[in-house]
Amino acid sequence: MYQYILKRVLLTIPTLLGAAALVFLLMRLIPGDICLVRLGGGGSSFDPRALANCHAEIGIDRPFIVQFLEFIWGAIRLDFGTSMWSGKPVIVEIAARLPVSLEIAVLATVVAVSIAIPLGTISALKQNSWLDVVVRVFAIGGIATPSFWIGIVSILLVLDISGWITGTPWMPPIDYVPFWKNPIANLSMVALPAITVGYRYAAVSMRMTRSAMLEVMKEDYIRTARAKGLINKLIINRHALKNALLPIVTLIGIEFAFLIGGLVVTEQVFNLNGVGRLFVQAVQNQDYTLTQALVMLTVAVFVFTNLAVDLLYAWLDPRIRFN
Amino acid sequence: MKFLFGLLALLAATLPARADGTPKHGGILTFMIPADAPPSLDGHKETTYATVHATAPFYSVLIRINPLNPASTDDFVCDLCTEMPKPTDDGKTWTFTIRDGVKWHDGSALTAADVAASWREIVHPRPGVASARQPYFIMVDEVSAPDAKTVVFKLNFATSAFLPALADPFAYIYKKEILDRDPHWYERNVMGSGPFRFVEYQIGQSMKGERNPDYYHEGLPYLDGFTAIFAPKQSVIIDAIRADRASNEFRGLPPSARDQLAKELGDKITVQTGDWNCVNMITANHKKKPFDDVRVRRALALAIDQWKGAPALAKIANVRTVGGVVFPGSPLAATKEELQQIVGYWPDIEKSRAEARRLLKEAGAEGLAFGLQNRNVDQPYKYIAAWIIDEWSKIGLKVTQKVLPTGPFFEGLRSGNFDVTVDFNCQGLVNPLLDIGKYLPHTVYEENYGNYEDQKVIDLYQAVLHENDSVKQRSLMREYETYVLDTQAHTIMMPWWERIVPIRSYVKGWKISPSHYINQDLGTVWLDK
Repeated sequence: MYQYILKRVLLTIPTLLGAAALVFLLMRLIPGDICLVRLGGGGSSFDPRALANCHAEIGIDRPFIVQFLEFIWGAIRLDFGTSMWSGKPVIVEIAARLPVSLEIAVLATVVAVSIAIPLGTISALKQNSWLDVVVRVFAIGGIATPSFWIGIVSILLVLDISGWITGTPWMPPIDYVPFWKNPIANLSMVALPAITVGYRYAAVSMRMTRSAMLEVMKEDYIRTARAKGLINKLIINRHALKNALLPIVTLIGIEFAFLIGGLVVTEQVFNLNGVGRLFVQAVQNQDYTLTQALVMLTVAVFVFTNLAVDLLYAWLDPRIRFN
Repeated sequence: MKFLFGLLALLAATLPARADGTPKHGGILTFMIPADAPPSLDGHKETTYATVHATAPFYSVLIRINPLNPASTDDFVCDLCTEMPKPTDDGKTWTFTIRDGVKWHDGSALTAADVAASWREIVHPRPGVASARQPYFIMVDEVSAPDAKTVVFKLNFATSAFLPALADPFAYIYKKEILDRDPHWYERNVMGSGPFRFVEYQIGQSMKGERNPDYYHEGLPYLDGFTAIFAPKQSVIIDAIRADRASNEFRGLPPSARDQLAKELGDKITVQTGDWNCVNMITANHKKKPFDDVRVRRALALAIDQWKGAPALAKIANVRTVGGVVFPGSPLAATKEELQQIVGYWPDIEKSRAEARRLLKEAGAEGLAFGLQNRNVDQPYKYIAAWIIDEWSKIGLKVTQKVLPTGPFFEGLRSGNFDVTVDFNCQGLVNPLLDIGKYLPHTVYEENYGNYEDQKVIDLYQAVLHENDSVKQRSLMREYETYVLDTQAHTIMMPWWERIVPIRSYVKGWKISPSHYINQDLGTVWLDK
C-alpha cells in the first residue's frame, strides 16, 4: 500500500509540471501584460518610463525561454516566486485566501453530505413514490440553478425579509473574521454561501446516492441478507449503503476539490476573499506567477483528493487491494 | 501672524461642518472600495483609486485642494505647509515653510528633509524606483530642503500648471530615513503623519485605521477610525449600503444604483453629484485608411448629436456634461457658445449630418464599415459605444463593436491594431494645462493613440503651457481646442463623466469633488449617529 501511495505521489510531479508549462504558455498568449493593466487599469494616464520600470522590475522584459526555465526551476523547488501584481510571495497571497475557501468547502460538504445521503437513500428505498418525486425535483432544481444566482437571491431575500420584519434590512457581514476570533460573525458570514454552494453539491450527490442505492439493493447479497432474516435497518446501513458509498465518495472528493478555487462567482457575490476570487483577479491582471501557482494548487488539490478517495475505497471495500 | 493663520484655518475647518450640524467626535466609518486589492500601498508608484482610498487617511501632503471646497479647481490650501507661498524669481522659485510639531505615527518629528526627499522621489526618482506621475513635473528642476523648516522648488520655467500638480493626492510625504533605507518599503507598509494611524491590512479584504491623537490639524479627525472594505461587485456594495454594513463607496455609482438606493432608503441616503474629471473620447487611428483623411474624421464627429445625446445618456450612464478638451468646471473650459462653433457641437444636427454625408462622399467613404474597439467596462464605455454606433448609422456608417478586457484593450491601443477606439482621459486634480497633453502626438505624449504626427498641435500646446496671463491663456486654449477637435478632428470628445456618490445621511463633512482620487484623507468626516 505504501508503494502505491508513493507511486501516486510521484505521478503528481509530471502532472503538476505539465499543468504549469501549459498555463505558462497560455497566459503569455493573451495580448497585453500586467504592467499595462496595473498602470492603466485605473483609467488615468501613466509615464511610459514607469511602464519600462515595471517590466524590468517583474522581469517580463527578459527572453521568454529564460522566464520559462526560471519558472520550472522554481516549481521543482516549490518556490513559486512573488506575485507580479502585489510583489508579495505567492504563498502569502494564497495563504491569506485559503482559510476562507477551505471553510466554505468544508461547510458546504457537511451541508451536502447531511442532505444528500439520507435523502438519496430514502428516494431509492421509496422509488417512484411521491417522496421520491419530491426529492428528485429538489435535486434537479439544485443542479439546474447556478449557485451564484441562488446566492444573489438569498441575499436579497434576507435583506427584504429582515427589513420587513424589523424595519432595518440585514445582511451577513462582508468583512471576513476568522472563526477563532469571532465565531458568530464568522458563521453568519459563511453560512449563506455554504448553504447555497452545498445545495448544488447536495443535489448532485443525492442523485448519485439514489442511483447507487437502487443498484445495490438489487444485488444478490442483499437478497441473501433478507433471506437470512436480517432487519431492514441493518441491511441498509451495513450492507447496502456502505457498498453504495464508493461512487458517492468519489463524487464528494471531486466536488470538494472543485470548491477550493472553483467558487469564482459565488465568492464575488458574497464578497468572500477566497482562492476563487484571487484566481479571477490573477487572470484579469495577467499576473503570470500567481495564476501559475493557483493552477498548480488546484491540480495538487485534485490529485491529492483523488488519492485520499482511492485510499478510502480500501476501508469501504476490503476486497480492494492496492498491490 | 501664525496664530491668525491657525485661527483662520480652524474657522475654515469648522464652517462647512456647521452647515451639516455640529461635528461630533467618535465612531468608525465603514466604506467600500469598489475594486480588488491594489497592487501596492505606495501612492508614488500606483495610479489606482484603490490605493488612494485605502491609504490617503494615513498620509500628509504638502498642499491639497481645500477639503471643504473640493469642487473648486483652484482653491489650494496647505496641509503640511504653514501658508501658500507666492513664487519668486519670475515664478520659478516656490518656497514652502513646514509646520512645527508634525509627528510621524512612530512619534518622531517630521521635517522639511522628509518633504523634500518624498518630492524628489516623485519628480526625479532613483533608478529602479517607479514614479507614476513623473511627467507631470517636467517643469520642476530641483527640490531642496535648505533647513528643517523650508522646502524649495526650483522650476525650469514658470507655469500655472505647477501648483495643481503639487496638490496631487498621491504625493504622500514619506519618512526620509525609510526611503533612504529601502525605497520600496512603502509598497507593502504604511507609516505616515496623516489623520489616521495604520491598524491592519487584510490582503485583498480590508484596511483599518484608527484616529491619530497627535494630528496637527487641531480637533481633527472626528472619527475614531475607519474600515475600508474591498468589494469589486456593485451588487455587494448596494446591498451593503442598504443593510448599513457600509455607509458608501467614494468612487461613484451609476444612475440605476442611485435610483435604487434613493427609492429604498429615502432620507437615510444623500446623493452628491458633480462633473467628473474623466472623459471618453473616440479616437480614429490615423495610420489606417480612410481615417488618415481629415474629412472622414470630421464626418465621424459631425454625425453625433452631443446636445440631445448627453441628457438622454445621463439617465442610464455616468455621463452628463457636453464639453471640449478642458474639464467643464474649469475657468479655461469653453462656453456652450464657443463649443457650438466647433465641428461635432453644431446646434443644428440635421445640418451637421448633411455636412457629414457630403464629406464622406467627397472622401469616397460612403457607407464605410469599420470596427470600434472598446474596453470591457460597463460604465460608461459600453453605453457610449452603443450610442455612437447608433448615431453613426444615421449617416450610413456600419460599425462593429469589439469589446476587449483591460490587458488586450491596452495592447490594442499601443500596437495600433484598431480602426477607431473608445479612448479615455481620466485625471486626478483638475489641471487643464497638463490634462490636455493627452491630445499631443504619441511621440510627445505616449498615451495618445491616434498615431499622428502634428507639429502645429505641439506648438499650440507649448504656447498655452508657457502663457501665464489668464486671458491670453484662455484664448490660446480655444485655439488649441479648435485645432484638435475641428481643424484636424484628431479626437471626438464624448460627454464628460458624472460622479454620483450616494452616501448614508449620517456621514457628514465629506464633499464631492471632480476627481475620485482627491479629498480622501477623511480628516473632516464625522458621523451624525
